[in-house]
Amino acid sequence: MTAFFYRKPKLRLGFLLSPPLLWLGLAYLGALAALFVTAFWHTDSFTGQVVVEWSMDNFKTLFTDAVYRTITFRTVGIAALVTVIDAVIAFPMAYAMAKLASSRAQRILVIAIMTPLWASYLVKAYAWRSMLSGNGALSWLSPGYGVTATIITLSYLWLPYMILPIYAGLDRLPDSLVDASGDLGARSFRTFRSVILPLTFPAIVAGSIFTFSLSLGDYIAVKIVGGTSQMLGNVVYDNIGAANNLPFAATVATVPVVIMLAYLAAVRRTGALDNL
Amino acid sequence: MRKLLWAALGLGLAVIYFPLAVVLLDSFNADTTFGWPPSEFTLEWWSRAASNEGALNALWTSVQAGLAATAIALVLGTMAAFALQRYRFFGRNPVSLLIILPIALPGIVTGIALNNAFRTILGIDLGLLTAVIAHATFCIVVVFNNVVARLRRMGGNLEEASMDLGATGFTTFRLVTFPMLRSALLAGGLLAFALSFDEIIVTTFTLGTGMETLPIWIYNNLFRPNQAPIVNVVAALLIVASTVPVYLAQRLSGDTASGGRL
Amino acid sequence: MKNRKTRLAGVLGAGLLLAACGTSGSNSAAPPGAQGFTPPKLEALKALGQPEGELNVLAWPGYAENGSNDPKVNWVTPFEQQTGCKVNVKPFGTSDEAVTLMKTGQYDVVSASGDASLRLVASGDAEPVNTALVPNYADVQPFLKDKSWNSVGGVSYGIPHGWGANLLTWRTDKVTPAPTSWSVLFDANSPYKGKVIAYDSPIYIADAALYLQAHQPDLGIKNPYALDDKQFTAAVNLLKQQRPLVSEYWSDYLKESQALKNGDAVVGTAWQVTVNLTKGEGAPLEAAVPGEGATGWSDTWMVAAKSAHKTCAYKWLDYIISPKANAQVAEYFGEAPANTKACAEMTDKTLCDTYHANDAAYAAKIAYWTTPIPQCLDGRTDVKCKDYGEWTKAWTEIKG
Repeated sequence: MTAFFYRKPKLRLGFLLSPPLLWLGLAYLGALAALFVTAFWHTDSFTGQVVVEWSMDNFKTLFTDAVYRTITFRTVGIAALVTVIDAVIAFPMAYAMAKLASSRAQRILVIAIMTPLWASYLVKAYAWRSMLSGNGALSWLSPGYGVTATIITLSYLWLPYMILPIYAGLDRLPDSLVDASGDLGARSFRTFRSVILPLTFPAIVAGSIFTFSLSLGDYIAVKIVGGTSQMLGNVVYDNIGAANNLPFAATVATVPVVIMLAYLAAVRRTGALDNL
Repeated sequence: MRKLLWAALGLGLAVIYFPLAVVLLDSFNADTTFGWPPSEFTLEWWSRAASNEGALNALWTSVQAGLAATAIALVLGTMAAFALQRYRFFGRNPVSLLIILPIALPGIVTGIALNNAFRTILGIDLGLLTAVIAHATFCIVVVFNNVVARLRRMGGNLEEASMDLGATGFTTFRLVTFPMLRSALLAGGLLAFALSFDEIIVTTFTLGTGMETLPIWIYNNLFRPNQAPIVNVVAALLIVASTVPVYLAQRLSGDTASGGRL
Repeated sequence: MKNRKTRLAGVLGAGLLLAACGTSGSNSAAPPGAQGFTPPKLEALKALGQPEGELNVLAWPGYAENGSNDPKVNWVTPFEQQTGCKVNVKPFGTSDEAVTLMKTGQYDVVSASGDASLRLVASGDAEPVNTALVPNYADVQPFLKDKSWNSVGGVSYGIPHGWGANLLTWRTDKVTPAPTSWSVLFDANSPYKGKVIAYDSPIYIADAALYLQAHQPDLGIKNPYALDDKQFTAAVNLLKQQRPLVSEYWSDYLKESQALKNGDAVVGTAWQVTVNLTKGEGAPLEAAVPGEGATGWSDTWMVAAKSAHKTCAYKWLDYIISPKANAQVAEYFGEAPANTKACAEMTDKTLCDTYHANDAAYAAKIAYWTTPIPQCLDGRTDVKCKDYGEWTKAWTEIKG
């Protein structure tokens, strides 16, 4: 039988590809399509049942009501800021890990960076809530609960996801290139700007996919430390839960999806997807 | 310059671990309002946590879901990895994008899409299976990545040689391919398990109503005055216990230096 | 090759087809209105059968305590022992959450406030209740029976549980002098800017309307749930003006309790149970109904139409309004019990007077949570009032 398969590579490919493709393509994409189809319908607000009448009303509300634009800009802004903050903090840390630490130390350091990822996202957010509260350990910073607190907390939560790809990228960077650059007379900053940064850029972008995507859709951390602030995730969650308005939730959900798809398309060319 | 970098690393690690240290300390804090700094220490929360039925049930549910999702992801991820790495076909890029999609799109979108699909379209009740399906969907990419990285290094020569020597396809897989893949599969499996274990957003929308995984149990008990200290204990335990699988995953995938969430 | 493209197209097409088939059909009942809607034809249970051994209760926090919050507070276990129905309790924070959760069909009974009960009736999620099967119903206060929020066309849809007001609460050590008006929450110059905590639900717009009813009488608001365009805009603007004062909006009463305890919020709207809990944790808190009056709730236990445990459900209904259990809930939560005999069972005999349990006139003055609908609830026929969908949209706008 295997000989039969060997002679027919296409059949082998089909066999290998079908289950995952069916699962992801039919089940997942199908579910997504079904969800976004409801964006064209609406809910009867009294009975809460979905009425199958086609219209663009939901999208009209999304585009004309200023509050959704505000929330979108706020969310994208937070996600971008978190990404930049994490990149800036992660890079020196990853560099020290990749280039300065011994091989054994590297392994320990990677474990040290990865262990907190197991420490329940919720508990970490809650720890920040109590630290930033009126009588908490960091109350002297007094940002209160709000957008600043959200940015701090999200940056903290996603930092390991930024450190690890950059570390992997720097690890792959041959030391000889850095040395050569120094030999040619470049100072550290020039070396960084012209040699290290361009070569590790795909890795940085790979990390940014996570920090950006996780921040874009987050609603739990902002509920815990965000005070009165709302992000896109909250609007979707409130519409699905409290308002029982699936069509409108789907409409709002198109915003982060479109943004992420655009982001993925843009970064594909940088080769970041291979660095995940 | 080197000193600065070391300082940055040290400071960064300190910042990462400070809140965790607070949580660990609070699990011994006798004061239920977690006044800072803790004045009294007690082991009571730890003993209560050991017998807390809600937490133990949630832990068991999480483990079941994680194992099942990992198993499915291992199979599907490996198959997809072989397909994409070993063959050239039209649509290779869209397929690799499709594999990444469940993890790149915000969790809430995946969650409500699957919830709508299960409840409204298929008309089935939510339960453990629906959550497992959801988890497997975004765990596939974790395994996929690890296997692809390993396949890249392996090349196809050894398998060809094995078959030239007369082994059937299945024997080749069993004696040549699989041993080489094993550590990548283990690493991928561990990471997939970790991802499933800590996931809350998609789980909220796909798990059955009476059931709780550990993150959901934590979310429900975070603010309850009598349960919050136990939550701290659970969190502290997770941190300490997780060093083992993390270390294992590192050992096993050491050569691929896989970074990031995957 | 072509296979891939057609396969992708086929997947999407199949998805669309499934989506169109799967969603429930359009609402065929008459347009909703105050008692002007036609509830789906559902029958109440004719007779009790054997207890099914299980019961899923959807309840306001504090209504179905089973010892998990406080080991000493537990009236669920006696019920389980008496009837053999094992109880799973799910608490919710707002009426909207309750309506959404009922749609999953996985709960048997729900404690619905007036802004949820009619929606549940209209959508067919709740069925009529056969009060003859609930012996304790005979002892329920007459002014709670057959009201507009728990009965439709003379058919009873639930058993009254209790009622109370949304209170103004403040930290006695941080807020002096003790406030006597809601203006401490709404006034742009309130000295507690940034430390106010308000309820996170569109129904809170009624509280703003209630405030305007007293402070801007020229708007002509008679019923805070019946707001025409002008009145609604005024209420929304008041809340937008309030937003900078607010530190957090709460839907989880425990989160509110924690914020009040830590001093992140020093004044706000709360339930008596939250005040009791926070005081018990050591924070000095007081609560009262200010001069302008208050919104409140009158809760009804309803039976889910799709319930698989209807005998246990009816047994729960009878148990929870029995004098002893009703008194326990009323005392723990802090509300007026529905059962006339409950007052005698309370450990603190003054509570019934504090909550005006027997005072029908007082009960009539609270603006109970009701679902706003286009037909104005105050009887006006010359204007259209805002319905709950618009309240929800405005709420997102208010929070910004």
